[in-house]
Amino acid sequence: MSSTQEALGTVRQVGPTRAWPRLRLAPWMVSWLQVGPLALILFVLFALPTTLFLVVSFFDYDRTGIYPAFMLDNYADLVNSPATIRVYLSSMKFAVIVWAITLFVGFNVAYFLVFHVRSNTVRMVFFLLCAIPFWTSGIIRTIAWIPFLGRNGAFNQALMGAGITDAPLQFLLFSDFSVIVAYVHLFTLLMIGPIANSLAKIDPALIEAARDAGGSRWQVMVNVVIPLSKTGIVLGSVLVFTQVMGDYFVVKAMSGGQSASIVSALSTEIQAMQYPPAAANAMVLVLFTAIMVAGMMRIVDVRKELVK
Amino acid sequence: MDTRFDVELIETTKRYGTTTAVDAISLRIPRASYCCLLGPSGCGKTTTLRMIAGHEAITEGDILIQGNNVSDLTPIERGTAMMFQSYALFPHLNCLDNVAFSLKMRGVNKAERHAKAREYLALVHMQDYAMRLPSQLSGGQQQRVALARSLITRPKVLLLDEPLSALDPFLRIKVREELKRLQRELGITFIHVTHSQDEAMAMADLMVVMEDGHIRQSGPPREVFERPVSPFIARFIGGHNVLPGANGKIAVRADRCRLGVAGDGPFVSGRVTAVEYQGTMVRVAMATDPGDEASALVPDGDFYARPVEPGDPAILTWSERDVHMLAEA
Repeated sequence: MSSTQEALGTVRQVGPTRAWPRLRLAPWMVSWLQVGPLALILFVLFALPTTLFLVVSFFDYDRTGIYPAFMLDNYADLVNSPATIRVYLSSMKFAVIVWAITLFVGFNVAYFLVFHVRSNTVRMVFFLLCAIPFWTSGIIRTIAWIPFLGRNGAFNQALMGAGITDAPLQFLLFSDFSVIVAYVHLFTLLMIGPIANSLAKIDPALIEAARDAGGSRWQVMVNVVIPLSKTGIVLGSVLVFTQVMGDYFVVKAMSGGQSASIVSALSTEIQAMQYPPAAANAMVLVLFTAIMVAGMMRIVDVRKELVK
Repeated sequence: MDTRFDVELIETTKRYGTTTAVDAISLRIPRASYCCLLGPSGCGKTTTLRMIAGHEAITEGDILIQGNNVSDLTPIERGTAMMFQSYALFPHLNCLDNVAFSLKMRGVNKAERHAKAREYLALVHMQDYAMRLPSQLSGGQQQRVALARSLITRPKVLLLDEPLSALDPFLRIKVREELKRLQRELGITFIHVTHSQDEAMAMADLMVVMEDGHIRQSGPPREVFERPVSPFIARFIGGHNVLPGANGKIAVRADRCRLGVAGDGPFVSGRVTAVEYQGTMVRVAMATDPGDEASALVPDGDFYARPVEPGDPAILTWSERDVHMLAEA
């Protein structure tokens, strides 16, 4: 009896001495402290530069400098230039092709990882195999394709060595083909991640229930698995789409200068120190991408799905 | 071909690697019966159900449905339908489309399958909720929709995996009656997996008690309750005291035991460990001097005429004709 009391007494004494002095904050302050860091980062690194671009995009410029003004000429020039339409069409073409391929590959890989790999360890190993290449820079992984796909590259030599072709294939490098290969290589993981995540949330009993109702593999896929993974599909699509639209390096390196991207047109302007039209160009790209993303988000309310 | 039975299991075995989940069980379920597979968790009852459903491959043995060997057929070819424990309603489809799902899989056109689905929703009194999503329904309502969905294929055998476990006790009793009524009206066999002996006794025509991958006893509930074959069965179905007798273990129903004084009949002395008031009866739990646990279900009038408290010494008596011999197990 007394020993219990002593024991309790010691515990009571230890409590306050070991604890940090309690800092009492008003609830509103706690909320601000929680929101503060992210708000600061977003303000300094996103809101401020974007506002700066927006302001500069209305400025006037000549060969020697830029002059504060409010004119729409930069936008008018951009919209009326045939080059703009061309690079947007070209980027859209790449975006759509790459989106389709990464979606197909990504969905299948994710499906395999989630539904066919039974052991958690093996699944982890496969996920790492997908993710480890991401530890090297995208630029290096892009450039690595050049010796592989080149005229005298490993792939052509292998084809010729195996007697499949007698002359090196020309379209392999510095072509739309090589651009797409590099994009698919770089961005498929962006599809696998979100899709695997939403596939993993599907209760396996649902698939059994669909089979129980007589659904074939294909019917189960179309009627149950795909509808229930559309959050992941849309998220992955947004990631891949925005990456391709915002790309500068891959098109430049892999097309051998034959294709232009939106951002490469923009960089030409920056190099010519034409900052206001570059800013206008950037604003239009942001707006364009935002509209495309908003369109995708309309298909699925991602926010609602993520909260679940 | 013998088709007096809806389902026949012949030496059905399921192994996962080296562990045997279901060990060569044989069972015949007569036409249009309500069969309960009962047992503690891990006894193989759900695996058995899933093998009948075709969601689990059979390692050895066969399963016959109405005389046809279905061991290698898909669920739909077997003519079975399963209601899942979590109901497994498709969260992206409303009730109507959930119920119509299997008709859609068969390529029935929309108007026809929706008409049929409404009919089955009405059967479970859910016609007013046709346009709701599963997440907008209560557990009991979801279960009705799941039931309608599994019945729409007009299965020969309906398989229910712990259908009542997610419901509150009050609703459970109502759904119990409802399931039994549907089974009678449809005239098909229901196989119902449960770990609750109350449920099994209340519902089953055929009660199958499983343990450790084996069927330990099967028969009508009254037969199982009155003549349990082993100490395990007697303890598991409850309401029995398993006590040492002259030639091995005996079982005596707790409601046939009384507290009193040692007389001519058999008795055992011990100490009261708990008193539970249950309304019409009072359950007195005892630790007997030989070291068994026992209890007496005493009518409340008798108990309050001579009340006892935990810690009191007590003598448990019963009559020789209530003694049931158990096979040693």
